[in-house]
Amino acid sequence: MPAGTLYRGREGMWSWVAHRVTGVLIFFFLFVHVLDTALVRVSPEAYDKVVATYKTPIVAVLEYGLVAAILFHALNGLRVIAVDFWSKGPRYQKQMLWTVVGIWVVLMLGAIYPVLGHAARELFGS
Amino acid sequence: MSTTETTASGVGPVEGGYSVDNPAPYIEAPRQRTRKTPKSTRGNFEMAAWLFMRLSGVVLVVLVIGHLLIQLVLDGGVSKIGFAFVAGRWASPFWQVWDLLMLWLAMLHGANGLRTVINDYAERANTRLWLKGLLYTATVFTILLGTLVIFTFDPNIR
Repeated sequence: MPAGTLYRGREGMWSWVAHRVTGVLIFFFLFVHVLDTALVRVSPEAYDKVVATYKTPIVAVLEYGLVAAILFHALNGLRVIAVDFWSKGPRYQKQMLWTVVGIWVVLMLGAIYPVLGHAARELFGS
Repeated sequence: MSTTETTASGVGPVEGGYSVDNPAPYIEAPRQRTRKTPKSTRGNFEMAAWLFMRLSGVVLVVLVIGHLLIQLVLDGGVSKIGFAFVAGRWASPFWQVWDLLMLWLAMLHGANGLRTVINDYAERANTRLWLKGLLYTATVFTILLGTLVIFTFDPNIR
């Protein structure tokens, strides 16, 4: 690890760190996801068997985490583009980050029922 | 260096000999590009990669959030996914193109992102070489596999 891994430690640095971490996580998931989808070329049974594990409560929580990572990476990516291409982008980067976090919280609250609902029904009965 | 008695050096006297009628020989500026200068071998790859991340990023926001809505939110969420659901969607060229574009853009966007991460944290040249070799191999394999699956999908495999 290079020495001095703390740059300025404020919004700009931490959003950059979060963008990296979420990006790497999403990329590793993407490899797995292409491989599991490739099972449709093996047999319907093989595909359905693997997808059945995606419907278990534990994986539902992982899916919620994946949605969290993707939504942050998407919204913060748009902020990065605004910082790079909008003349006033660098000046408003902090306000844009808090806007990103606000939209992210709202979307994550909205995703609770669709993504975790079936897991709750399975665990606690419907 | 003296300007009056430099006869032994290769430069010769600077003052005295030249005038409007007898101008000094023109000396080309160092590093000036001429027709003989070899073309730069470095190119604009990093700038193209930087631009690609932004362009593919905007397209991926639409493709991936649409994908999440279809697969995890609408119509029963993840519960409805199965071979029959995939067959129904890939019967339409629209969703085939959607998924193909998403596969290529996401894999290349992710691969370039991880290339940057490797360049940042792997300090030894040999480590960078091996990690990037592994990255490019896995990326090419996954893109080709996914493309093959989309193009050769057979709903009547059984």
